[in-house]
Amino acid sequence: MKIAVCIKRVPDMDVRFKIAPSGTAVDESGLKFDISDFDGYAVEAALQIREKLNAGEVVVISLGPDVVQETLRKAMSMGADRAVQLKAETIPADSYAIATALAAELQGGGYDLILFGRMSIDTAHGATGAMTAELLGLPVVNAISKLEFDGGTAKMRRELEGAYELVECALPAVVTIDEGIARPRYPSLKGIMAAKKKPLEIRPAQLAEPRLVLDAMALPPERSAGRIIGEGSAVVPELVRLLKEEAKVL
Amino acid sequence: MSNNVLAFAESRGGDLRRAALEAVTAARAIADVRGGAVHAILFGAPGIGAHAPRLGAHGADSVIVVEHAAFAQNNPEAVAATIAAHMGRGYGALICPASATGKDIAPRVAAKLQVPVASDAVAMTANAASITVTHPGYTGKILQTLTLTATPAVVSVRPGSFLPKENAKAGAVEVLAPVGDPAASRVKVTETATGNTAKLDLGEAPVIISGGRGLKEAANFTLVEELAAAFGNAAVGATRAVTDDGWRPHADQIGQTGRLVSPDLYIACGISGAIQHLAGMRTSKTIVAINKDKEAPIFKIADYGIVGDVLEILPVLTAAVKQAKASG
Repeated sequence: MKIAVCIKRVPDMDVRFKIAPSGTAVDESGLKFDISDFDGYAVEAALQIREKLNAGEVVVISLGPDVVQETLRKAMSMGADRAVQLKAETIPADSYAIATALAAELQGGGYDLILFGRMSIDTAHGATGAMTAELLGLPVVNAISKLEFDGGTAKMRRELEGAYELVECALPAVVTIDEGIARPRYPSLKGIMAAKKKPLEIRPAQLAEPRLVLDAMALPPERSAGRIIGEGSAVVPELVRLLKEEAKVL
Repeated sequence: MSNNVLAFAESRGGDLRRAALEAVTAARAIADVRGGAVHAILFGAPGIGAHAPRLGAHGADSVIVVEHAAFAQNNPEAVAATIAAHMGRGYGALICPASATGKDIAPRVAAKLQVPVASDAVAMTANAASITVTHPGYTGKILQTLTLTATPAVVSVRPGSFLPKENAKAGAVEVLAPVGDPAASRVKVTETATGNTAKLDLGEAPVIISGGRGLKEAANFTLVEELAAAFGNAAVGATRAVTDDGWRPHADQIGQTGRLVSPDLYIACGISGAIQHLAGMRTSKTIVAINKDKEAPIFKIADYGIVGDVLEILPVLTAAVKQAKASG
Protein backbone atom coordinates (compact mmCIF):
# COMPACT_ATOMS: atom_id res chain seq x y z
CA MET A 1 0.00 0.00 0.00
CA LYS A 2 1.36 3.40 -0.94
CA ILE A 3 0.50 5.91 1.78
CA ALA A 4 1.01 9.67 1.88
CA VAL A 5 0.84 11.55 5.18
CA CYS A 6 0.49 15.34 5.08
CA ILE A 7 2.04 16.89 8.18
CA LYS A 8 2.48 20.37 9.61
CA ARG A 9 5.19 21.91 11.74
CA VAL A 10 3.67 23.65 14.75
CA PRO A 11 4.96 25.17 17.98
CA ASP A 12 4.75 23.25 21.24
CA MET A 13 1.55 24.45 22.91
CA ASP A 14 2.90 24.09 26.45
CA VAL A 15 3.92 27.77 26.67
CA ARG A 16 2.59 31.26 27.17
CA PHE A 17 2.43 32.65 23.65
CA LYS A 18 3.41 36.20 22.74
CA ILE A 19 2.15 38.00 19.66
CA ALA A 20 4.88 39.28 17.31
CA PRO A 21 5.03 43.06 16.62
CA SER A 22 3.33 42.47 13.23
CA GLY A 23 0.18 41.53 15.15
CA THR A 24 -0.48 38.62 12.79
CA ALA A 25 2.08 36.08 13.95
CA VAL A 26 3.24 34.36 17.08
CA ASP A 27 6.58 35.51 18.49
CA GLU A 28 8.64 32.40 17.73
CA SER A 29 11.62 33.19 19.95
CA GLY A 30 12.20 30.39 22.42
CA LEU A 31 9.46 28.18 20.98
CA LYS A 32 10.04 24.50 20.26
CA PHE A 33 8.49 23.00 17.15
CA ASP A 34 7.31 19.52 16.33
CA ILE A 35 4.82 17.56 14.19
CA SER A 36 1.26 18.73 14.90
CA ASP A 37 -0.43 16.36 17.37
CA PHE A 38 -3.00 14.73 15.09
CA ASP A 39 -0.50 14.58 12.21
CA GLY A 40 1.77 12.56 14.51
CA TYR A 41 -1.05 10.07 15.04
CA ALA A 42 -1.48 9.91 11.26
CA VAL A 43 2.23 9.14 10.75
CA GLU A 44 2.02 6.40 13.38
CA ALA A 45 -1.13 4.96 11.79
CA ALA A 46 0.61 4.84 8.40
CA LEU A 47 3.68 3.11 9.85
CA GLN A 48 1.52 0.52 11.59
CA ILE A 49 -0.34 -0.25 8.36
CA ARG A 50 2.95 -0.69 6.51
CA GLU A 51 4.29 -2.93 9.28
CA LYS A 52 1.14 -5.05 9.39
CA LEU A 53 1.15 -5.60 5.63
CA ASN A 54 4.93 -5.90 5.65
CA ALA A 55 4.92 -4.00 2.38
CA GLY A 56 4.32 -0.56 0.99
CA GLU A 57 5.73 2.90 1.25
CA VAL A 58 5.05 5.85 3.54
CA VAL A 59 5.71 9.31 2.06
CA VAL A 60 5.48 12.40 4.27
CA ILE A 61 4.65 15.78 2.78
CA SER A 62 4.84 19.20 4.42
CA LEU A 63 4.23 22.68 3.07
CA GLY A 64 6.26 25.60 4.33
CA PRO A 65 9.69 27.23 4.56
CA ASP A 66 12.92 25.23 4.89
CA VAL A 67 12.46 24.71 8.63
CA VAL A 68 9.77 22.11 7.82
CA GLN A 69 12.60 19.84 6.65
CA GLU A 70 13.33 19.23 10.32
CA THR A 71 9.71 18.08 10.80
CA LEU A 72 9.94 15.81 7.77
CA ARG A 73 13.21 14.31 9.08
CA LYS A 74 11.46 13.62 12.39
CA ALA A 75 8.73 11.68 10.57
CA MET A 76 11.39 9.78 8.64
CA SER A 77 13.22 9.00 11.89
CA MET A 78 9.96 7.44 13.09
CA GLY A 79 10.04 5.28 9.97
CA ALA A 80 8.58 7.13 6.96
CA ASP A 81 10.45 6.17 3.78
CA ARG A 82 10.82 9.50 2.05
CA ALA A 83 9.67 13.10 2.19
CA VAL A 84 8.56 16.02 0.07
CA GLN A 85 8.75 19.68 1.06
CA LEU A 86 6.38 21.95 -0.82
CA LYS A 87 8.38 25.10 -0.43
CA ALA A 88 6.57 28.30 0.49
CA GLU A 89 7.95 31.28 2.41
CA THR A 90 4.92 31.32 4.69
CA ILE A 91 1.98 29.03 5.33
CA PRO A 92 -1.22 30.86 4.36
CA ALA A 93 -4.23 30.94 6.69
CA ASP A 94 -6.42 29.72 3.83
CA SER A 95 -6.86 25.92 3.91
CA TYR A 96 -8.19 25.97 0.34
CA ALA A 97 -4.97 27.55 -0.93
CA ILE A 98 -2.96 24.89 0.92
CA ALA A 99 -5.19 22.12 -0.42
CA THR A 100 -4.56 23.24 -4.01
CA ALA A 101 -0.80 22.86 -3.48
CA LEU A 102 -1.16 19.47 -1.78
CA ALA A 103 -3.55 18.19 -4.45
CA ALA A 104 -1.11 19.25 -7.19
CA GLU A 105 1.60 17.19 -5.46
CA LEU A 106 -0.58 14.16 -4.71
CA GLN A 107 -2.30 14.01 -8.10
CA GLY A 108 -1.02 11.06 -10.11
CA GLY A 109 1.15 9.87 -7.20
CA GLY A 110 -0.55 6.48 -7.14
CA TYR A 111 -1.42 6.68 -3.45
CA ASP A 112 -3.88 4.14 -2.06
CA LEU A 113 -4.34 6.09 1.14
CA ILE A 114 -3.72 9.75 1.96
CA LEU A 115 -3.71 10.60 5.66
CA PHE A 116 -3.99 13.91 7.48
CA GLY A 117 -4.41 14.82 11.13
CA ARG A 118 -8.01 15.88 11.72
CA MET A 119 -6.78 19.44 12.24
CA SER A 120 -3.55 21.28 12.91
CA ILE A 121 -3.19 22.16 16.55
CA ASP A 122 -2.23 25.79 15.81
CA THR A 123 -4.57 27.22 13.16
CA ALA A 124 -7.17 24.53 13.88
CA HIS A 125 -9.58 24.77 10.95
CA GLY A 126 -9.66 21.04 10.24
CA ALA A 127 -10.40 21.64 6.56
CA THR A 128 -7.27 20.85 4.55
CA GLY A 129 -7.77 17.08 4.35
CA ALA A 130 -11.35 17.18 3.13
CA MET A 131 -10.57 19.98 0.67
CA THR A 132 -7.60 18.11 -0.77
CA ALA A 133 -9.82 15.04 -1.23
CA GLU A 134 -12.43 17.09 -3.06
CA LEU A 135 -9.80 18.57 -5.36
CA LEU A 136 -8.49 15.06 -6.09
CA GLY A 137 -11.99 13.67 -6.59
CA LEU A 138 -11.36 11.10 -3.84
CA PRO A 139 -13.71 10.05 -1.05
CA VAL A 140 -12.82 11.36 2.42
CA VAL A 141 -13.65 10.21 5.92
CA ASN A 142 -12.94 12.79 8.59
CA ALA A 143 -11.76 12.48 12.18
CA ILE A 144 -11.56 8.74 12.64
CA SER A 145 -10.48 6.99 15.83
CA LYS A 146 -10.26 3.42 14.45
CA LEU A 147 -9.13 2.06 11.09
CA GLU A 148 -9.09 -1.49 9.75
CA PHE A 149 -8.93 -2.98 6.27
CA ASP A 150 -11.08 -5.61 4.71
CA GLY A 151 -9.53 -6.23 1.30
CA GLY A 152 -9.60 -2.88 -0.47
CA THR A 153 -12.16 -1.39 1.90
CA ALA A 154 -11.31 0.76 4.91
CA LYS A 155 -13.57 0.28 7.94
CA MET A 156 -13.52 3.16 10.34
CA ARG A 157 -15.06 4.69 13.43
CA ARG A 158 -15.82 8.40 13.72
CA GLU A 159 -16.58 10.04 17.06
CA LEU A 160 -19.57 12.39 17.19
CA GLU A 161 -20.98 14.33 20.14
CA GLY A 162 -22.25 11.58 22.44
CA ALA A 163 -22.28 9.00 19.64
CA TYR A 164 -20.14 7.40 16.97
CA GLU A 165 -20.49 6.29 13.37
CA LEU A 166 -19.09 3.19 11.71
CA VAL A 167 -18.03 4.14 8.20
CA GLU A 168 -16.82 2.17 5.19
CA CYS A 169 -15.05 3.40 2.13
CA ALA A 170 -13.17 1.73 -0.72
CA LEU A 171 -9.59 2.80 -1.43
CA PRO A 172 -8.09 4.99 -2.73
CA ALA A 173 -9.32 7.47 -0.15
CA VAL A 174 -8.34 10.38 2.06
CA VAL A 175 -8.72 9.82 5.81
CA THR A 176 -8.17 12.34 8.61
CA ILE A 177 -7.05 10.99 11.96
CA ASP A 178 -8.40 11.81 15.41
CA GLU A 179 -6.82 10.83 18.66
CA GLY A 180 -7.36 7.29 19.86
CA ILE A 181 -5.91 5.57 16.84
CA ALA A 182 -2.25 5.25 17.75
CA ARG A 183 0.15 7.09 20.05
CA PRO A 184 3.16 8.16 17.96
CA ARG A 185 6.38 6.27 18.61
CA TYR A 186 9.61 7.96 19.65
CA PRO A 187 12.32 7.80 17.00
CA SER A 188 15.09 5.33 17.84
CA LEU A 189 18.74 6.33 17.55
CA LYS A 190 18.95 3.99 14.57
CA GLY A 191 15.89 5.67 13.09
CA ILE A 192 17.43 9.11 13.54
CA MET A 193 20.65 8.01 11.80
CA ALA A 194 18.71 6.35 8.96
CA ALA A 195 16.52 9.44 8.45
CA LYS A 196 19.55 11.55 7.54
CA LYS A 197 20.09 9.42 4.43
CA LYS A 198 16.46 9.14 3.33
CA PRO A 199 15.39 11.15 0.27
CA LEU A 200 13.84 14.58 0.84
CA GLU A 201 12.67 16.27 -2.33
CA ILE A 202 11.96 20.00 -2.48
CA ARG A 203 9.46 21.46 -4.89
CA PRO A 204 7.82 24.89 -5.02
CA ALA A 205 4.30 24.92 -3.56
CA GLN A 206 1.67 25.77 -6.16
CA LEU A 207 -0.51 27.84 -3.85
CA ALA A 208 -3.78 29.40 -4.95
CA GLU A 209 -4.36 33.04 -4.02
CA PRO A 210 -5.38 33.12 -0.30
CA ARG A 211 -8.90 34.47 0.30
CA LEU A 212 -9.06 33.78 4.02
CA VAL A 213 -6.89 36.50 5.46
CA LEU A 214 -5.50 36.76 8.97
CA ASP A 215 -6.19 40.31 10.17
CA ALA A 216 -5.01 40.05 13.74
CA MET A 217 -4.03 37.80 16.60
CA ALA A 218 -4.84 38.50 20.21
CA LEU A 219 -4.42 36.75 23.53
CA PRO A 220 -7.71 35.88 25.23
CA PRO A 221 -8.45 37.70 28.48
CA GLU A 222 -6.53 36.25 31.43
CA ARG A 223 -8.42 34.40 34.14
CA SER A 224 -8.14 35.96 37.52
CA ALA A 225 -5.80 34.10 39.87
CA GLY A 226 -7.15 30.96 41.48
CA ARG A 227 -8.35 30.84 45.08
CA ILE A 228 -8.33 27.92 47.50
CA ILE A 229 -11.32 28.26 49.81
CA GLY A 230 -10.32 25.56 52.29
CA GLU A 231 -9.60 21.93 53.03
CA GLY A 232 -11.73 18.81 53.25
CA SER A 233 -15.47 18.18 53.13
CA ALA A 234 -16.08 20.77 55.88
CA VAL A 235 -15.73 23.50 53.19
CA VAL A 236 -18.56 22.08 51.07
CA PRO A 237 -21.29 24.33 52.57
CA GLU A 238 -19.13 27.39 51.87
CA LEU A 239 -18.59 26.20 48.28
CA VAL A 240 -22.32 25.73 47.77
CA ARG A 241 -22.96 29.22 49.17
CA LEU A 242 -20.38 30.75 46.78
CA LEU A 243 -21.81 28.88 43.79
CA LYS A 244 -25.26 30.16 44.69
CA GLU A 245 -24.59 33.72 45.77
CA GLU A 246 -21.35 34.78 44.08
CA ALA A 247 -21.08 32.72 40.88
CA LYS A 248 -24.87 32.29 40.60
CA VAL A 249 -24.55 28.92 38.93
CA LEU A 250 -26.55 26.86 41.37
CA MET B 1 -23.81 38.71 -5.05
CA SER B 2 -26.89 37.51 -3.34
CA ASN B 3 -27.60 38.74 0.13
CA ASN B 4 -29.25 35.45 1.05
CA VAL B 5 -27.67 33.09 3.54
CA LEU B 6 -28.00 29.30 3.61
CA ALA B 7 -27.83 27.50 6.98
CA PHE B 8 -27.09 23.77 7.28
CA ALA B 9 -29.75 22.43 9.67
CA GLU B 10 -28.03 19.39 11.15
CA SER B 11 -30.16 16.42 12.15
CA ARG B 12 -29.32 13.01 13.56
CA GLY B 13 -31.57 9.98 13.84
CA GLY B 14 -34.61 11.95 12.66
CA ASP B 15 -34.17 14.70 15.25
CA LEU B 16 -33.04 18.25 14.74
CA ARG B 17 -29.78 19.04 16.56
CA ARG B 18 -29.59 22.16 18.69
CA ALA B 19 -26.64 23.14 16.48
CA ALA B 20 -29.12 23.50 13.60
CA LEU B 21 -30.94 26.28 15.47
CA GLU B 22 -27.61 27.93 16.28
CA ALA B 23 -26.61 27.89 12.59
CA VAL B 24 -29.95 29.48 11.64
CA THR B 25 -29.52 32.10 14.38
CA ALA B 26 -26.01 32.96 13.15
CA ALA B 27 -27.21 33.07 9.53
CA ARG B 28 -30.08 35.40 10.51
CA ALA B 29 -27.63 37.96 11.90
CA ILE B 30 -25.72 38.11 8.60
CA ALA B 31 -28.88 38.22 6.48
CA ASP B 32 -30.24 41.08 8.60
CA VAL B 33 -27.09 43.15 8.04
CA ARG B 34 -27.27 42.51 4.31
CA GLY B 35 -31.02 42.74 3.88
CA GLY B 36 -31.26 39.15 2.66
CA ALA B 37 -33.24 36.05 3.51
CA VAL B 38 -32.25 32.95 5.48
CA HIS B 39 -32.84 29.55 3.96
CA ALA B 40 -32.23 26.48 6.11
CA ILE B 41 -31.39 23.21 4.35
CA LEU B 42 -32.50 20.06 6.12
CA PHE B 43 -31.60 16.47 5.17
CA GLY B 44 -33.10 13.26 6.48
CA ALA B 45 -35.21 10.21 5.90
CA PRO B 46 -38.79 10.87 4.75
CA GLY B 47 -40.59 12.76 7.52
CA ILE B 48 -37.66 15.02 8.50
CA GLY B 49 -39.56 17.97 6.99
CA ALA B 50 -41.80 17.94 10.06
CA HIS B 51 -39.05 19.91 11.84
CA ALA B 52 -39.31 22.83 9.42
CA PRO B 53 -41.51 24.97 11.74
CA ARG B 54 -38.81 25.02 14.44
CA LEU B 55 -36.32 26.36 11.91
CA GLY B 56 -38.84 28.99 10.85
CA ALA B 57 -39.37 29.96 14.48
CA HIS B 58 -35.62 30.65 14.78
CA GLY B 59 -35.38 32.88 11.74
CA ALA B 60 -35.52 30.78 8.57
CA ASP B 61 -37.60 32.45 5.85
CA SER B 62 -37.67 29.19 3.99
CA VAL B 63 -36.69 25.60 4.71
CA ILE B 64 -35.27 23.51 1.89
CA VAL B 65 -36.21 19.91 2.73
CA VAL B 66 -34.23 17.08 1.13
CA GLU B 67 -35.73 13.72 2.05
CA HIS B 68 -34.35 10.34 0.98
CA ALA B 69 -34.19 6.91 2.59
CA ALA B 70 -30.37 7.00 2.27
CA PHE B 71 -30.34 10.05 4.58
CA ALA B 72 -31.48 7.89 7.50
CA GLN B 73 -27.75 7.65 8.18
CA ASN B 74 -25.37 10.57 7.83
CA ASN B 75 -24.40 10.72 4.16
CA PRO B 76 -21.73 13.42 3.85
CA GLU B 77 -20.98 12.97 0.15
CA ALA B 78 -24.60 13.32 -0.98
CA VAL B 79 -25.29 16.12 1.52
CA ALA B 80 -22.24 18.10 0.40
CA ALA B 81 -23.00 17.57 -3.30
CA THR B 82 -26.59 18.70 -2.84
CA ILE B 83 -25.67 21.78 -0.81
CA ALA B 84 -22.95 22.77 -3.29
CA ALA B 85 -25.37 22.45 -6.22
CA HIS B 86 -28.06 24.39 -4.36
CA MET B 87 -25.59 27.19 -3.57
CA GLY B 88 -25.52 27.77 -7.31
CA ARG B 89 -28.91 29.40 -6.93
CA GLY B 90 -27.03 32.35 -5.45
CA TYR B 91 -26.11 32.75 -1.79
CA GLY B 92 -23.65 35.15 -0.20
CA ALA B 93 -22.81 32.75 2.61
CA LEU B 94 -23.22 29.23 3.98
CA ILE B 95 -23.30 28.72 7.75
CA CYS B 96 -22.72 25.24 9.22
CA PRO B 97 -22.45 24.18 12.84
CA ALA B 98 -18.86 23.41 13.86
CA SER B 99 -20.04 20.06 15.17
CA ALA B 100 -18.51 16.73 14.11
CA THR B 101 -21.03 16.57 11.28
CA GLY B 102 -20.92 20.25 10.30
CA LYS B 103 -17.12 20.34 10.27
CA ASP B 104 -17.22 17.34 7.94
CA ILE B 105 -19.65 19.00 5.53
CA ALA B 106 -18.36 22.61 5.42
CA PRO B 107 -14.91 22.00 3.86
CA ARG B 108 -16.36 19.53 1.34
CA VAL B 109 -18.86 22.12 0.12
CA ALA B 110 -16.31 24.94 0.18
CA ALA B 111 -13.85 22.95 -1.94
CA LYS B 112 -16.57 22.09 -4.45
CA LEU B 113 -17.31 25.83 -4.70
CA GLN B 114 -13.55 26.60 -4.83
CA VAL B 115 -13.68 28.91 -1.80
CA PRO B 116 -12.05 28.80 1.65
CA VAL B 117 -13.80 27.96 4.91
CA ALA B 118 -13.47 29.65 8.29
CA SER B 119 -14.06 27.01 10.97
CA ASP B 120 -15.20 27.19 14.55
CA ALA B 121 -16.19 30.85 14.65
CA VAL B 122 -17.03 32.10 18.15
CA ALA B 123 -18.01 35.55 16.88
CA MET B 124 -18.82 36.91 13.46
CA THR B 125 -19.43 40.29 11.81
CA ALA B 126 -20.58 40.91 8.28
CA ASN B 127 -20.71 43.82 5.90
CA ALA B 128 -21.94 43.86 2.32
CA ALA B 129 -18.71 42.43 0.91
CA SER B 130 -17.10 40.18 3.49
CA ILE B 131 -17.46 38.24 6.72
CA THR B 132 -14.97 38.51 9.55
CA VAL B 133 -14.81 35.82 12.24
CA THR B 134 -13.09 35.32 15.55
CA HIS B 135 -11.51 31.87 15.56
CA PRO B 136 -9.73 30.38 18.58
CA GLY B 137 -6.49 28.69 17.62
CA TYR B 138 -3.40 27.41 19.40
CA THR B 139 -5.58 25.32 21.75
CA GLY B 140 -7.62 28.38 22.64
CA LYS B 141 -4.55 30.41 23.62
CA ILE B 142 -4.77 32.80 20.67
CA LEU B 143 -7.83 34.41 19.13
CA GLN B 144 -7.44 34.93 15.40
CA THR B 145 -9.43 37.50 13.46
CA LEU B 146 -9.92 36.22 9.93
CA THR B 147 -11.68 37.78 6.96
CA LEU B 148 -13.24 35.76 4.18
CA THR B 149 -12.98 37.73 0.96
CA ALA B 150 -14.33 34.96 -1.29
CA THR B 151 -17.99 34.61 -2.26
CA PRO B 152 -19.80 32.67 -1.06
CA ALA B 153 -18.29 32.78 2.41
CA VAL B 154 -18.38 29.40 4.13
CA VAL B 155 -18.26 29.50 7.94
CA SER B 156 -18.77 26.91 10.66
CA VAL B 157 -19.89 28.26 14.02
CA ARG B 158 -18.80 26.76 17.32
CA PRO B 159 -21.63 25.13 19.29
CA GLY B 160 -22.62 27.28 22.25
CA SER B 161 -21.34 30.52 20.71
CA PHE B 162 -24.50 31.60 18.86
CA LEU B 163 -27.32 30.68 21.21
CA PRO B 164 -30.59 29.84 19.46
CA LYS B 165 -32.82 32.92 19.32
CA GLU B 166 -36.51 32.79 18.55
CA ASN B 167 -37.27 35.12 15.67
CA ALA B 168 -40.37 33.93 13.84
CA LYS B 169 -40.17 33.89 10.07
CA ALA B 170 -42.27 32.09 7.49
CA GLY B 171 -40.25 28.87 7.37
CA ALA B 172 -41.91 28.11 4.04
CA VAL B 173 -41.10 24.55 3.00
CA GLU B 174 -39.54 23.91 -0.36
CA VAL B 175 -38.86 20.31 -1.35
CA LEU B 176 -35.54 19.67 -3.08
CA ALA B 177 -34.32 16.46 -4.72
CA PRO B 178 -30.82 15.28 -3.78
CA VAL B 179 -28.07 15.54 -6.36
CA GLY B 180 -27.20 12.12 -7.78
CA ASP B 181 -28.17 8.92 -5.99
CA PRO B 182 -27.53 9.20 -2.24
CA ALA B 183 -27.59 5.40 -2.00
CA ALA B 184 -24.52 5.28 -4.26
CA SER B 185 -22.21 7.39 -2.05
CA ARG B 186 -18.66 6.06 -1.83
CA VAL B 187 -18.51 6.86 1.89
CA LYS B 188 -21.08 4.70 3.67
CA VAL B 189 -22.12 5.13 7.29
CA THR B 190 -23.19 1.61 8.26
CA GLU B 191 -24.20 2.32 11.83
CA THR B 192 -24.67 5.25 14.19
CA ALA B 193 -24.40 4.21 17.80
CA THR B 194 -25.91 6.70 20.17
CA GLY B 195 -25.13 6.22 23.81
CA ASN B 196 -27.69 7.29 26.34
CA THR B 197 -29.73 9.85 24.39
CA ALA B 198 -30.94 11.42 27.62
CA LYS B 199 -27.29 12.21 28.36
CA LEU B 200 -26.34 15.83 27.79
CA ASP B 201 -23.55 16.45 25.34
CA LEU B 202 -20.36 18.08 26.64
CA GLY B 203 -20.71 20.88 24.11
CA GLU B 204 -24.23 21.75 25.22
CA ALA B 205 -24.31 21.12 28.98
CA PRO B 206 -24.26 24.23 31.17
CA VAL B 207 -22.46 22.24 33.87
CA ILE B 208 -19.61 19.74 33.41
CA ILE B 209 -18.31 17.45 36.13
CA SER B 210 -14.98 16.05 35.08
CA GLY B 211 -12.83 13.33 36.63
CA GLY B 212 -9.13 12.50 36.57
CA ARG B 213 -6.66 9.99 37.97
CA GLY B 214 -7.34 11.27 41.48
CA LEU B 215 -10.47 9.14 41.43
CA LYS B 216 -8.08 6.16 41.71
CA GLU B 217 -10.19 3.67 39.75
CA ALA B 218 -12.83 3.57 37.02
CA ALA B 219 -15.57 2.44 39.39
CA ASN B 220 -15.27 5.68 41.38
CA PHE B 221 -16.61 7.60 38.39
CA THR B 222 -20.03 6.77 39.79
CA LEU B 223 -19.34 9.55 42.34
CA VAL B 224 -18.86 11.99 39.44
CA GLU B 225 -22.02 10.72 37.75
CA GLU B 226 -23.99 11.11 40.97
CA LEU B 227 -22.89 14.73 41.30
CA ALA B 228 -23.85 15.32 37.65
CA ALA B 229 -27.26 13.76 38.34
CA ALA B 230 -27.71 16.03 41.38
CA PHE B 231 -27.23 19.08 39.15
CA GLY B 232 -29.61 17.65 36.57
CA ASN B 233 -28.13 19.76 33.77
CA ALA B 234 -24.59 18.38 33.87
CA ALA B 235 -22.47 16.25 31.55
CA VAL B 236 -19.53 14.08 32.61
CA GLY B 237 -16.06 14.65 31.18
CA ALA B 238 -12.63 13.15 31.75
CA THR B 239 -8.90 13.79 31.36
CA ARG B 240 -6.75 12.16 28.72
CA ALA B 241 -5.00 10.02 31.36
CA VAL B 242 -8.36 8.50 32.22
CA THR B 243 -9.58 7.94 28.65
CA ASP B 244 -6.17 6.47 27.70
CA ASP B 245 -6.61 3.96 30.52
CA GLY B 246 -10.05 3.06 29.21
CA TRP B 247 -11.92 4.24 32.32
CA ARG B 248 -14.09 6.43 30.12
CA PRO B 249 -14.76 6.55 26.35
CA HIS B 250 -12.39 8.60 24.24
CA ALA B 251 -15.26 10.91 23.24
CA ASP B 252 -15.50 12.16 26.86
CA GLN B 253 -11.97 13.54 26.83
CA ILE B 254 -11.64 17.25 27.48
CA GLY B 255 -8.37 18.85 26.43
CA GLN B 256 -6.01 19.97 23.72
CA THR B 257 -6.66 16.88 21.59
CA GLY B 258 -10.17 16.23 22.88
CA ARG B 259 -13.23 18.43 23.30
CA LEU B 260 -12.88 22.15 23.96
CA VAL B 261 -15.64 23.20 26.34
CA SER B 262 -16.75 26.39 28.10
CA PRO B 263 -19.70 25.64 30.37
CA ASP B 264 -21.07 27.99 33.02
CA LEU B 265 -19.68 25.71 35.71
CA TYR B 266 -16.82 23.22 35.48
CA ILE B 267 -16.03 21.00 38.44
CA ALA B 268 -12.63 19.26 38.18
CA CYS B 269 -12.51 16.21 40.43
CA GLY B 270 -9.13 14.67 41.13
CA ILE B 271 -7.58 16.51 38.18
CA SER B 272 -4.09 17.97 38.63
CA GLY B 273 -4.43 20.32 35.66
CA ALA B 274 -1.97 19.25 32.97
CA ILE B 275 -1.61 21.86 30.20
CA GLN B 276 -3.25 19.34 27.84
CA HIS B 277 -6.38 19.38 30.01
CA LEU B 278 -6.43 23.11 30.84
CA ALA B 279 -6.40 23.88 27.10
CA GLY B 280 -9.81 22.25 26.82
CA MET B 281 -11.62 23.92 29.74
CA ARG B 282 -9.89 27.15 30.68
CA THR B 283 -12.64 29.28 29.12
CA SER B 284 -15.29 27.84 31.47
CA LYS B 285 -17.07 30.66 33.28
CA THR B 286 -16.70 29.30 36.81
CA ILE B 287 -14.18 26.61 37.71
CA VAL B 288 -14.22 24.50 40.87
CA ALA B 289 -11.31 22.18 41.65
CA ILE B 290 -11.09 19.40 44.20
CA ASN B 291 -7.64 17.87 44.56
CA LYS B 292 -5.52 16.53 47.38
CA ASP B 293 -2.33 18.29 46.25
CA LYS B 294 -2.55 21.99 47.05
CA GLU B 295 0.30 22.70 44.59
CA ALA B 296 -1.66 21.19 41.67
CA PRO B 297 -1.77 23.59 38.66
CA ILE B 298 -5.58 23.32 38.48
CA PHE B 299 -5.77 25.55 41.57
CA LYS B 300 -4.07 28.39 39.65
CA ILE B 301 -7.14 28.78 37.45
CA ALA B 302 -9.87 27.55 39.79
CA ASP B 303 -12.26 30.21 41.12
CA TYR B 304 -12.98 27.94 44.08
CA GLY B 305 -10.48 25.28 45.13
CA ILE B 306 -10.91 22.66 47.82
CA VAL B 307 -7.85 20.75 48.97
CA GLY B 308 -8.74 17.25 50.02
CA ASP B 309 -9.67 13.70 49.12
CA VAL B 310 -12.09 13.79 46.19
CA LEU B 311 -13.56 10.40 47.22
CA GLU B 312 -14.54 11.85 50.60
CA ILE B 313 -15.69 15.28 49.35
CA LEU B 314 -17.79 14.24 46.34
CA PRO B 315 -20.59 12.44 48.27
CA VAL B 316 -20.86 15.42 50.66
CA LEU B 317 -21.00 17.86 47.74
CA THR B 318 -23.59 15.71 45.94
CA ALA B 319 -25.82 15.73 49.03
CA ALA B 320 -25.39 19.51 49.43
CA VAL B 321 -26.23 20.19 45.78
CA LYS B 322 -29.32 17.99 46.02
CA GLN B 323 -30.42 19.93 49.06
CA ALA B 324 -29.74 23.30 47.40
CA LYS B 325 -31.70 22.24 44.32
CA ALA B 326 -34.58 20.97 46.46
CA SER B 327 -34.78 24.23 48.42
CA GLY B 328 -34.70 26.15 45.11
